[in-house]
Amino acid sequence: MTTQVSAPETSGSTTTAGRGKRPRPPFGVSAVAVMAMLIALFALVPLGYVAVMTAATGWDTALELIVRPRVGELLLNTVLLIVLTVPLCLILGVGGAWLVERTTLRGQKVWAVLLAAPLAIPAFVNSYAWVSAVPSLHGLFSGVLIATLSYFPLVYIPAAATLSRLDPAVEQSAASLGLGAWRAFFRVVLPQLRIAMTGGGLLVALHLLAEYGAFAMIRFDTFTTAIMVQYQSTFNGAAGTMLASVLVFFCLVLLLVEVRSRGTARYARVGSGAQAKALRLPLHSYQAPAQLALLALTLLAFGLPLLFVLRWILAGGAEIWAADEFVPALWQTLLYGLAGAAATTVVAFPMAYLAVRHASWFSKALELSNYVTSSMPGIVVALAFVTVSIRLVPGVYQTAGVLIAAYVLLFLPRALVNIRAGLAQAPKELDEAAQALGTPPLLSFIRVTLRLTAPAAAGGAALVFLAIANELTATLLLSPNGTRTLATEFWSKSSEIDYAGAAPYALLMIVISAPMTYLLFQQSKKVAGQ
Amino acid sequence: MKIRINALAGIAIAATAALGLSACGSSTSPAATSSADASKGEITVYNAQHESLTKEWVDAFTAETGIKVTLRQGDDTEMSNQIVQEGAASPADVFLTENSPAMAQVENAGLFADVNKDTIAQVPAEFRPSTNKWTGIAARSTVLVYDKSKLTEDKLPKSMLDLAKPEWKGKWAASPSGADFQAIVSALVELKGEAAAEEWLKGMKENFTAYKGNSTAMKAVNAGEVDAALIYHYYYYGDQAKTGENSKNVTPYYFKNQDPGAFLSVSGGGVLKSSKNAENAQAFLKFITGKKGQEVLQKGTSFEYAIASGVPANEKLVPVKELEAPAVDPAKLNSEKVTELMTKAGLL
Repeated sequence: MTTQVSAPETSGSTTTAGRGKRPRPPFGVSAVAVMAMLIALFALVPLGYVAVMTAATGWDTALELIVRPRVGELLLNTVLLIVLTVPLCLILGVGGAWLVERTTLRGQKVWAVLLAAPLAIPAFVNSYAWVSAVPSLHGLFSGVLIATLSYFPLVYIPAAATLSRLDPAVEQSAASLGLGAWRAFFRVVLPQLRIAMTGGGLLVALHLLAEYGAFAMIRFDTFTTAIMVQYQSTFNGAAGTMLASVLVFFCLVLLLVEVRSRGTARYARVGSGAQAKALRLPLHSYQAPAQLALLALTLLAFGLPLLFVLRWILAGGAEIWAADEFVPALWQTLLYGLAGAAATTVVAFPMAYLAVRHASWFSKALELSNYVTSSMPGIVVALAFVTVSIRLVPGVYQTAGVLIAAYVLLFLPRALVNIRAGLAQAPKELDEAAQALGTPPLLSFIRVTLRLTAPAAAGGAALVFLAIANELTATLLLSPNGTRTLATEFWSKSSEIDYAGAAPYALLMIVISAPMTYLLFQQSKKVAGQ
Repeated sequence: MKIRINALAGIAIAATAALGLSACGSSTSPAATSSADASKGEITVYNAQHESLTKEWVDAFTAETGIKVTLRQGDDTEMSNQIVQEGAASPADVFLTENSPAMAQVENAGLFADVNKDTIAQVPAEFRPSTNKWTGIAARSTVLVYDKSKLTEDKLPKSMLDLAKPEWKGKWAASPSGADFQAIVSALVELKGEAAAEEWLKGMKENFTAYKGNSTAMKAVNAGEVDAALIYHYYYYGDQAKTGENSKNVTPYYFKNQDPGAFLSVSGGGVLKSSKNAENAQAFLKFITGKKGQEVLQKGTSFEYAIASGVPANEKLVPVKELEAPAVDPAKLNSEKVTELMTKAGLL
């Protein structure tokens, strides 16, 4: 009965626990704050780069480059893409999660996994498959189609996790007060999904801002594809940087929207006894349409890409399997993915800790600085890194270290969102109780909070791994000489329209992404259900 | 279950411990620094040529000399700008491009060493800059590929400039983001002047459909999405030699008559001044412009024109002499101006 306890009630328990010896936060908060600040400052390197370049361009030239018809076209494309895709992803993600978790859908265990599965298919592989199926695909409609099919699991996974955890008592209370099933859903269930929806929606929107390969393949121009083109023509050209600055502005707007809609409610549950099992709404005659809808979605988002990758592999025959090319690519992709995911998770922790346990304008600002960076396309971050590293620390230029640092900046929010959710659900009262019982703060943090957060952190790491395995532009620019990843090889083959030659790389990307997607899916449930 | 969570916690703890290091040092931490390979005489080639072609060259070169070559793949302007940015710290020993404007850019930044005399002796004067700071290594001709079922010969444009006229609205395609197309524009600037080029680009923006990559543009003609595409010749011949899947409905048309659309674009190669293995780098350049290197062009699957050491072009191609290409000094092609004009026209 006491799920989703509101803040005032819980603060009562805090004071009783710490009457005599007030429990101190683990590590000094200040140490965590300093760490988080250093990371945030580092995260601002690319933003600083854009700012410096913009300033160097001069106001008049900048204005001339920003206020021109081409930017108008890109603006319209990018806005329409976000406005159409994000709601579609929310509908598919939440709708799918609701069917799987809260109705008497048959085969719900299978559907639960299948709806997460499209995440294992990189957006540009999806694009490649769709272009193979329908060669004339191009423009906004196709962009929305491919982006929605690729990204809706980013909403589905957290939504399903939240729904599976939701205490049915709340709905029962609503029903006892006379709300029908539908109204109960909108008045009681949907508000509980707020974090999952805003977080997932933000991730989708950030993906849309930064995506390059998928849209390039179907000739849909966004700011990111245009920046890439500018970069290929002029590198540090003022025009490209100006486009990037518009993109940064975009991101700030998105973040503001997300922060406003996230709200300040508390989501940790401290109550006695176990939570009741959720009630499932009988589907009756809706069973068949629901099955058909999920089947159609799964076929479009997962079946079709897989089918066309396999078709190209069959068409290519044995000669496309040049082991001396794809084995190193596979190996390097795995290595960078794992190293990058580990580094990102470590870096995200202090930031998430501050955001959850010591929320303030300061921690909010730190958090936001990371989002801004990750909303910039890989190309801008990579350019900033090239420029800064070659001028200031030439020794590390084109080393794996710089590339991993760039990955950390690009994908920090993915880890952050997950760890934050995990921390939000690890009641700090437990930590405080451990301390009151005599455990030193650091140890109680490790034994209680870190342990409770570990599954969420693993989920975040999996998400980062997926992102790195598919990353293209920063990898091309920053990697040590001779580096080849599955993504870069796939891209170079598919741009020469050697679709058959590209197919093994596409398949390998899907194969190594699959376990990570599954891990992500499993961990999200654990975080929710612990 | 419990064990697994403990293991995860263990990882998290180890990671947290590493945090102290990475938080402070992440801007400089070379987690897995790759060692410089300067010592063993290996060379690094920044390659903007087609990867498959350069790989053939490298394999033949390494087989003959034992010198190992590392390739870094990218696009023309992308790599030239990177080299300029890297300056004296560049890890590159050799730079190869598909076209020459990017070479001119590195030359103008003063980063190329002189090309060895015996290499220059292998390349006819029209295929290299007068400065000898780099050399031509191959060439490619501009061509309009079209769909015969949609365009009859009498409807084909006399000049590339005609494509900016209203009657061509919605009928042709190109890949404006690529170095190939930008080289054509830079030749246009050189031949007809800036104002004329600007005018043409404006008309182009009205008329054309943008594709990413020349092959993709040709594929669009083949699929009937558009009537014609302005690309380089060898995309057609390369596809014909393979399956022909992307070119079976496509016919190449040469403008000839010294038209800007008959432009023969020179692919370049140069040795960086900053090279730590200049001798091997020069040897590589000598090799690819030499008989064996040029025979890779003649007999291989790239279908670019061989231009040096007296090696004739692949027999399937229209001979260089019949192309009636306009004379353009490759050193004069200016990529910066082209980008500026194309940005102004709203193409970039």
